Amino acid sequence: MNLLANFDAETLARIQFAFTVSFHIIFPAFSIGLASFLAVLNGLWLWRKDKAYLNLFNYWKKIFAVGFAMGVVSGIVMSYQFGTNWSTFSDTAGPVIGPLMAYEVMTAFFLEAGFLGIMLFGRERVGPGLHMMATAMVALGTLISATWILSVNSWMQTPAGFDVNELGQFIPVDWWSIVFNPSFPYRLTHMVLAAYLTTAFVVAGVAAWHLLRRNRTAEVTRMFSMAMWMAVLVTPLQIVAGDLHGLNTLEHQPQKVMAMEGHFDSHPEGAPLILFGIPNEDEKRVDYAIEIPKLSSLILKHDLNAPLDGLDTIPDDEEPPVAIVFYSFRIMLAIGFAMLGVGLWSLVQRVRGRLKEDRWLHRASVLLAPSGFVAVLAGWITTEVGRQPYTVYGLMRTSDSLSQVDAPAVAASLIAFIVVYFAVFGAGTFYMLRLMGKPPVEDFQKTQKPIEIFTLAEAA
Amino acid sequence: MLELSTIWAGIIAFAVLTYVILDGFDLGIGILFPFAKTEKDRDVMMNSVTPVWDGNETWLVMGGGGLFAVFPLAYSVVMPALYVPVIIMLLALVFRGVAFEYRWRTVRGRWLWDVAFHGGSTVAALCQGIALGALVQGIPVEGRLYAGGWWDWLTPFSVLTGVALVIGYALLGATWLNMKTTGKIQRQMRSYVRPLMLMTLGLIGLVSLLTPFQDPIYMVRWFSGPGVVFTVLVPALVTAIAWKLDRGITEQRDNQPFVCAIALFVVCFIGIGISFYPYMLPPSLTIAEAAAPDSSLAFALVGAVILLPVILAYTAYTYWVFRGKIDPEENYH
Repeated sequence: MNLLANFDAETLARIQFAFTVSFHIIFPAFSIGLASFLAVLNGLWLWRKDKAYLNLFNYWKKIFAVGFAMGVVSGIVMSYQFGTNWSTFSDTAGPVIGPLMAYEVMTAFFLEAGFLGIMLFGRERVGPGLHMMATAMVALGTLISATWILSVNSWMQTPAGFDVNELGQFIPVDWWSIVFNPSFPYRLTHMVLAAYLTTAFVVAGVAAWHLLRRNRTAEVTRMFSMAMWMAVLVTPLQIVAGDLHGLNTLEHQPQKVMAMEGHFDSHPEGAPLILFGIPNEDEKRVDYAIEIPKLSSLILKHDLNAPLDGLDTIPDDEEPPVAIVFYSFRIMLAIGFAMLGVGLWSLVQRVRGRLKEDRWLHRASVLLAPSGFVAVLAGWITTEVGRQPYTVYGLMRTSDSLSQVDAPAVAASLIAFIVVYFAVFGAGTFYMLRLMGKPPVEDFQKTQKPIEIFTLAEAA
Repeated sequence: MLELSTIWAGIIAFAVLTYVILDGFDLGIGILFPFAKTEKDRDVMMNSVTPVWDGNETWLVMGGGGLFAVFPLAYSVVMPALYVPVIIMLLALVFRGVAFEYRWRTVRGRWLWDVAFHGGSTVAALCQGIALGALVQGIPVEGRLYAGGWWDWLTPFSVLTGVALVIGYALLGATWLNMKTTGKIQRQMRSYVRPLMLMTLGLIGLVSLLTPFQDPIYMVRWFSGPGVVFTVLVPALVTAIAWKLDRGITEQRDNQPFVCAIALFVVCFIGIGISFYPYMLPPSLTIAEAAAPDSSLAFALVGAVILLPVILAYTAYTYWVFRGKIDPEENYH
């Protein structure tokens, strides 16, 4: 409590939102990818009638159920977080972003929740066709959910299609421009691909773990192969999507890109790409910078000598914090290129027919298993901290968005969230890891009904 | 011409009522959890809602998200006003929500998640009841901001409504289990229905007697003009439903007690609606004052009119798929 006593209500409320939303995003990032993976596995099982796909479906289904439960409960918290600590923001921006969230609930949350029960427990009750449909509906629900919530977030980054009324509220004028605001298509693509990659590397890591323990069943090798295909195919797409997203950000939120690049100064004759360094915000420079001349201009403007403005052109009170954005951006990039490397490595070994044998590839895959989550969090930190000091970019300051809350109340609830989340989601992560630690094998108790055992005995 | 804001108030009220009924019985199961005599009984109780709990809880997000969407002013006043009970409710729902999965993932730690399921369900129900009581007491607003203190919500009256909701949810839970289970556990749950019903009725009566004294507007609403009709009608309906419920238990019917318990909640909810209308937050904000601009309401309404019937249809389908008595031998995990 003493540690938090020095913070004001705004800082505490920001920490609280960052904490609850960071915890929350981990689970959807995983369940978006896993729901699609499950739909594919179930489709392959119905199509090919290969038991390995069914066993994989049943294996990942259990892990999905634990992750989804954590996503649901941490998501319910989010739907109330806007009101508890950020009620001025809710009142002001609610008329625009509120209906988008209502659509998320009506088109996505109910769809997922409605069909989840059938997907998890209903195969025998509804038959293979309807069960497949339920599985597909859950996967579709996760994607629709991502669509709406990323539209909301993008509107806060690049607001469009609105007016301001006499009360100071944002008023919707053109819903099409609101939903399809300038950064939305880029952010949506980038996030959905990120979710797919995150899941692919978890699946790859689990498969590699079992391969390292000489567990080369059809299930294990097949999921490793599938995950590595995703790594090869999706990582390059993601790098292109990220690049386009960056260019879009440069156009609409230049100071975010300045912070990402660590460009405190303007470069009229081509800006260098700073690979590493330590941003020094007091002196407004990057210490110990290792840089490649003119490369930043080439990447951002496709011209070595193109001038690029720096944070010196931005008033101090409109600048985002530089160091956090600078570091988190680099962490995301490093992981992205590591994923690309492993993907290409797997392709080489696949061609050589050594995908199952290369133990160093398996070790690298285990190492990268949690990397998608880190990259997703780092990416979100880059874009959200980079939007500061605004909640609605350029229009509404974070300091004007707060509820009439007292610091002690926010501090108390923050501590409660931290304690509960670490305990509850820590336990859930432990259970998921334990499920992943077991190899995917046929679940005899479940699939072998007494009648089948009888026929087996007879056949024997 | 009906105002858009009035239609939306009706939709939000419908979402909240649906939540109260659906999550009411599955929170009720959590409240009754420690009364189960064996591990097997607890498995059966939980399995009776495992495939549907998530959908039930989504109505809470619909209530909160819907309020944010169409009554942002009410949302931004209520959340700070009910800060403490809302946060505690959310944390309680975290515990009981994950328990559905976690308790099947561990043998040694199962008791822990049984406690989390019971504690989370009970505390969530208590906080929801307290929030209702706090709304009935009235929430002061100045300008567009909540103008009360941090602990205004905590009064003997709100604690009373909190306890009333815990007991009411337990009644819903017991009648649900009477419908979904067989044998010993069914007999046990059936034996709880009558005492729970009597307690619920007593608490409804007490809350109803105290409500007119919370704010003069309720007194006017119920004891003058056309409102008097309701003052006679609502208790009469409650009595009729209670009688039916009681008959259902005597005749050992499966479905009738559950349906009657739902009807009891519906009537009480309508009673609250009569008290509140045309206010969203009595005595400070009317429905029209709290509403977002018409362009927001219209945009969201198009979706609601199309989607809510679809949602209700596939929710009903899920219940249909998992209809009938729970087979104690069937394990979902």
